Amino acid sequence: MSYPETYKYAKSHEWLLLEGDAATVGITDYAQESLGDIVFVELPKVGQEIAAGATFGSVESVKAVSDLYSPVGGTVTAVNSALNDAPETINTAANATWIIKLKVADAAGADSLLDAAAYEKFVAEETGH
Amino acid sequence: MVDFGGWDMPVQYRGLIEEHMAVRTGVGVFDVSHMGDIQLRGPNSLAAVQKLLMNDASKLQIGQAHYSAMLYPNGTFVDDVVLHKLGENDYLIVINAGTREKDVQWVRKTIGGMGGLHITDVSDYYTQIAIQGPKAQATLQKLTPVDLGPIKNYWFTWGQVCGLHNVLIARTGYTGEDGFEIYVPADEATSARVWGEVLAAGEEFGAIPCGLGARNTLRLEAAMALYGHEISDTLNVWEANLGRYCKMEKGVDFVGREALAKVQESGGPAKRLVGLEMVERGIGRDGYAVFSLEGERIGEITSGSPGPFVKKNIALAYVPVSFVEPGTEVAVEVRGQMVKAVVVATPFYKRAKLGAVAAAPVVTAPLS
Repeated sequence: MSYPETYKYAKSHEWLLLEGDAATVGITDYAQESLGDIVFVELPKVGQEIAAGATFGSVESVKAVSDLYSPVGGTVTAVNSALNDAPETINTAANATWIIKLKVADAAGADSLLDAAAYEKFVAEETGH
Repeated sequence: MVDFGGWDMPVQYRGLIEEHMAVRTGVGVFDVSHMGDIQLRGPNSLAAVQKLLMNDASKLQIGQAHYSAMLYPNGTFVDDVVLHKLGENDYLIVINAGTREKDVQWVRKTIGGMGGLHITDVSDYYTQIAIQGPKAQATLQKLTPVDLGPIKNYWFTWGQVCGLHNVLIARTGYTGEDGFEIYVPADEATSARVWGEVLAAGEEFGAIPCGLGARNTLRLEAAMALYGHEISDTLNVWEANLGRYCKMEKGVDFVGREALAKVQESGGPAKRLVGLEMVERGIGRDGYAVFSLEGERIGEITSGSPGPFVKKNIALAYVPVSFVEPGTEVAVEVRGQMVKAVVVATPFYKRAKLGAVAAAPVVTAPLS
């Protein structure tokens, strides 16, 4: 599993790429691996406002469903609607597959996110190996 | 790995959908050693089995097995089982892992006082490997001189497998697909060798190891009951729709019979297990509530998931008998939203009969 250095990571297993006030959010390689075959991604609507730490959708695999949490607050500027037809893209390329893009209004939460090394350590502790 | 009835077991090896599809289209191999086995022997063993289990064991021939269940006096389930007639006065009951201790205690309590009966928990003697799929026979045939072709569904024999003598070879399974379950000595070296040889033999047919995740979605597509979900100590035989395996007139007052007769006399069960297919987008999962279209809560899903082969979101649920007709529309509360679903006939998946020439209706067996 790989965790790009350019991303920040939430303990709820989303990755965040912050470029100025533009944020891109996906789920981590660990998250897709834990979920298994992803069959459904529930996306928000463009223009929807999301508070930092709030759920903005869900991702479902054959065996489980998991909420998606936005690491930062803001307005949804784009959703990856290709995931409606090909949700399994997340399994094959979690790091390269974004779910939503936001115009950030509240980046305060970003400070508490983990860098790649810290996230990898967090995952190792969570899984116990 | 997850804890399953005290066993460390993989939910998946390569991916649930890939494993599921391997079983439907080629062959998949499951380590099902967690299943328990109780052997009943002695001159009173048939009488004991008839008292203990709801199906009619007097109909079994040597080498034949059938689906059955152990009931509490109130007609609910201790466990569902597969009964094998090994010989005259010699029976093997295959039970679930999570209920093993309870089952063994129940067997001893219920029939242990009968004379002429020897009860043995032989669960730890066997590693049970399930080879399932349209290529199961071709796979196993490479490892045994026994001609597998004549073994009918729910029959078994003994023979050499992977050089081991007297291996029990049963044409049984829990996937809705053709397949075999073999019972080999439980020591680790033997188990590992057989596991490896089965996978190697199946390689040309695309054999892969399959975990608990695929086992669950396969049995759900085939609408087979899982203890703790569709059957439990609060659900009775009529509610669970398993009446065809319950022989009220077999001439033995089996445990649970009297209560079940009373339910029949009072007009039958108030609720029943049905199949649901999600109509709108959303997946109904275990424990989700079922509502009438008028918004009244009427029941609950016991197992629900995407069906990887049928490519529909399917579920088994208990609903009032006024809602059991196929075509009845209901709603499932999926994470706070009402999602439409429809009652459908089960199983969701039925394999094509081998050598079938006409599209004659097939009587479905839940463990076939």
